Amino acid sequence: MSDIQERVHKIVIEHLGVEADKVSPDASFIDDLGADSLDIVELVMAFEEEFGVEIPDDAAEKIATVGDATRYIEEHQG
Amino acid sequence: MTTGLMKGKRGLIMGLANTRSLAWGIAQKLAEHGAELAFSYQGEALGKRVAPLAAQLGSDVTLDCDVSDMAALDRTFAQLQERWGTLDFLVHAIGFSDKNELRGRFVDTSLDNFLMTMNVSAYSLVAVTRRAAAMMPDGGSVLTLTYYGAEKVVPHYNVMGVAKAALEASVRYLANDLGPDGIRVNALSAGPVKTLAASGIGDFRYILRWNELNAPLRRNITIEDVGGAGLYLLSDLASGVTGEVHHVDAGYHVVGMKQEDAPDIALG
Repeated sequence: MSDIQERVHKIVIEHLGVEADKVSPDASFIDDLGADSLDIVELVMAFEEEFGVEIPDDAAEKIATVGDATRYIEEHQG
Repeated sequence: MTTGLMKGKRGLIMGLANTRSLAWGIAQKLAEHGAELAFSYQGEALGKRVAPLAAQLGSDVTLDCDVSDMAALDRTFAQLQERWGTLDFLVHAIGFSDKNELRGRFVDTSLDNFLMTMNVSAYSLVAVTRRAAAMMPDGGSVLTLTYYGAEKVVPHYNVMGVAKAALEASVRYLANDLGPDGIRVNALSAGPVKTLAASGIGDFRYILRWNELNAPLRRNITIEDVGGAGLYLLSDLASGVTGEVHHVDAGYHVVGMKQEDAPDIALG
């Protein structure tokens, strides 16, 4: 696991209070991890803070899985 | 440091969302100084966030309340009356607008969203203060949250700035009405903080960065800064203060132009 992936997974586990083994790149925040729309906003804010990236609304709307988040951060981290 | 400043005082916090909330900064300080707290939230998604936070501060009183529904407000205050009888303070940390209108131009604001934003973000203070005041026979203190966008134009703040201007004017009229009953009403004008509410404002990062570079203290504020000032305004330390809009913004509101040492910044 890359450093970014590891940190993304850690944030997801802590924020959603889910078991570590449920968090995989393919896991959907809403369908698999039980997140609601506020969780998504809060996760995006947590990612922005942790990685110093900006995730605008239109990009955030496309982030459905844990892997989507990791990829976006990897591509945009300065 | 605990002073017992709020010992024996009971209050309702309306609008806590999560640990980034300005209301959380205030609630923590109040609890630290001995206050007993109740919380209201709107809807289940927020309710499940508020309950554990309330528990952290020793409170098991969390009430579902839509402030645009007058019957729901009546129920909430009736529940509080049954539980406590009287109230010493109230924190109003509520605002809402269609986020599609918190970007672009104010001139394009729709009637529906203008009215909804004014209702939830400004009239709600009047509605809750009237009901809270009825439970404050020995006086009390009401605090609401506002922002500089009420006074001057801030990009993207749009209709929310107009609603906050109405809110600040409401604070003055409420303060005057309720002064004879020993009830103080004030607003805390917080500098930008990345909260759930702020996530709806377009290009908020730019506002944050601009403030950090141009405020006299050359930093952004924290929810702890807001908590300290909120504690002051709600406690007897501010016994002679009412109708005030108190800025907790690292001094940004006194600045007339960009600081010489601040770089020009533009959105990338």
